[in-house]
Amino acid sequence: MADARPSDREIRAGARRRFDPAIAWAFACIVLVLAVGSFYSTSFLSPEYLLQQLKVASFLGVIATGAMIVILLGQIDLSVPWVVAVGGMMSTAATGWGPLGETMAIPVGVGCGILLGLVSGAGVALLRLPSMVVTLAVNAVAQGLMVVHTGGFSPQASSSSAMRFLATGDTLLGIPNALVVWAIVGAAAVFLLTRTTFGRTVYAIGNRERAAYLSGARTGAVVITAFAISGALSAFGGVLLAGYASKAAQAMGDPYLLPAIAAVVLGGTSILGGRGNYLGTVAGVILITLLQSILSVMQIEEFGRHVIYGVVIIAMLLVYGRGRKTSD
Amino acid sequence: MSGGIHYWLRENKGTVLAFVAFVAMFALYAANHPAGLNANVATTAANKGTILAIVAMAQTLVVLTSGIDLSAGMVMVLANCLASHIVVGSLPSALLGALGVLAVGALCGAVNALIVIFGRLQPIVTTIATGSIFYGVALALRPVPGGDVNAALADALTGQIAGVIPSSLLLLLGLVVVVWWPFRRSVVGRAVYAVGSSEMAAYMSGVPIRRAKFVAYTLSGLLASVAGLFVTFVTYSGEASAANGGTYTLYSIAAVVLGGVSLFGGSGSAIGAIFGALMFRTIGDLLFVFNVEPLWQPLFQGVVLTAAVCLGSLRLLRIRNRLELYG
Repeated sequence: MADARPSDREIRAGARRRFDPAIAWAFACIVLVLAVGSFYSTSFLSPEYLLQQLKVASFLGVIATGAMIVILLGQIDLSVPWVVAVGGMMSTAATGWGPLGETMAIPVGVGCGILLGLVSGAGVALLRLPSMVVTLAVNAVAQGLMVVHTGGFSPQASSSSAMRFLATGDTLLGIPNALVVWAIVGAAAVFLLTRTTFGRTVYAIGNRERAAYLSGARTGAVVITAFAISGALSAFGGVLLAGYASKAAQAMGDPYLLPAIAAVVLGGTSILGGRGNYLGTVAGVILITLLQSILSVMQIEEFGRHVIYGVVIIAMLLVYGRGRKTSD
Repeated sequence: MSGGIHYWLRENKGTVLAFVAFVAMFALYAANHPAGLNANVATTAANKGTILAIVAMAQTLVVLTSGIDLSAGMVMVLANCLASHIVVGSLPSALLGALGVLAVGALCGAVNALIVIFGRLQPIVTTIATGSIFYGVALALRPVPGGDVNAALADALTGQIAGVIPSSLLLLLGLVVVVWWPFRRSVVGRAVYAVGSSEMAAYMSGVPIRRAKFVAYTLSGLLASVAGLFVTFVTYSGEASAANGGTYTLYSIAAVVLGGVSLFGGSGSAIGAIFGALMFRTIGDLLFVFNVEPLWQPLFQGVVLTAAVCLGSLRLLRIRNRLELYG
């Protein structure tokens, strides 16, 4: 953008893909993690293990996609834990309503997520509140609603067959359905972010909201939509998780908030917004999942896993995720 | 006070509002409590509120630099687990142990500071990662809940002074007098506000940015470990609970906002955050007093939090130019 007068071709080439060292680093780290794992056991390189990991990664992948869109805006969505739980609980509850409920289970779960996302988005875009507090409040309200709804226990209702099919089934070639779902969600996100006005506006707002507004972009609508998408994808992640475990649980979303943010950031997306590539998020999600899996397979005790997990994130970000000096 | 009361009010609006809201809520609580307001009721309420208030103070220091500390709760948990090991035995050795806990807390804060300052990573990501590390260490110290604490020290700090005043409130007051006021009045304290307002402008004016951030994060870790110590005094044991750590971190952010501290940095006070925390706790107690069914409590708390947060948007009414929205 610094070029004085870029030609059409230059613009297209630039938009196509600037080489982002962070993504290369993230993929290099995946290879490194696998290499370290393979010293321990060669089964880490077997296709079955890798496919299984990709299947587990798909749940985080779907949730991280939503987190990424919000982070690109320069905001953050802390309502992930209970929106995931809402998705899981409402879809399993809908399954219990009879045949119609069973077919509507997934739309009901995702729809509830969209509603919560719309509330967060309205708070950020219209009331101009910091996203960190708005989503925190929405998280608290979602938790309260679910406690009232379930009576404080994990609901007994089980997930619908469609949810189980998406989360645990395999397609003909042995590729897990969950992975296919993530691929579709990912492809849609890439299209949305790179090929639509909405996507361009998301990046523009992340860079400087005031400039985007002055350029005539409908910043309010875009912010609200982005939060709604994030809510929908978190809830959809909850739907998939409920399908995977065949029922929903109280704290099912808790282990997904920080890994989702970490995955997005490890993939080279700036936490300040405006810069990032979906491919990086894919790498970040796979990296986090592999790291967690290999540490637990290596039978490192739980405390060690937490410490190593934190150290690895810091170390990798120190390699490629550093900010600018104030003096620049 | 050269500017007079007018200026002071303007400067401390958030703190004053939080104070008034807290007093109103607590009066409602005390008036409707079945046992009335006696020393025991006040002490129980104060002990619960103090832990969150101290974590909120810790959060304030970092938020003032326009950062955020998502590891504050985990430092508290780590301090709790460590204290259940070393704040034991005779009084002198327990006191020495308490000093050790504080030192470890400050060390945690210093680690955050060094990564943020020299690693130039964003505070939010840094503290997510270090929070995981601190929790891991806490888990290593206490794989299962347990341990002990010096009972005399614990009872002294969680009981009452002269049978009336909850000593936890005196502890809180002590922290304000010993930590917050000197900090606020020091050059470094002013630098923290400057950094939070505009890091670039602070840099251009020769404000010691690095020192300001280092002190803010380190003091924050120290305060979080005081909260951890206090948890140990209340529960007489240590527990590496990830849920506790996460909850306190998130509640501390809520308390800071309720206390009128700007999440964008550079404005607010730890005293406001203390009242924000006490207010947040009183909301929960109010439900108990009014016999709200326990199931509805989380929802009610969430709705009150949402409403309180939405009050922040009242400033929109004073905006003259739409561009001010996109600062």
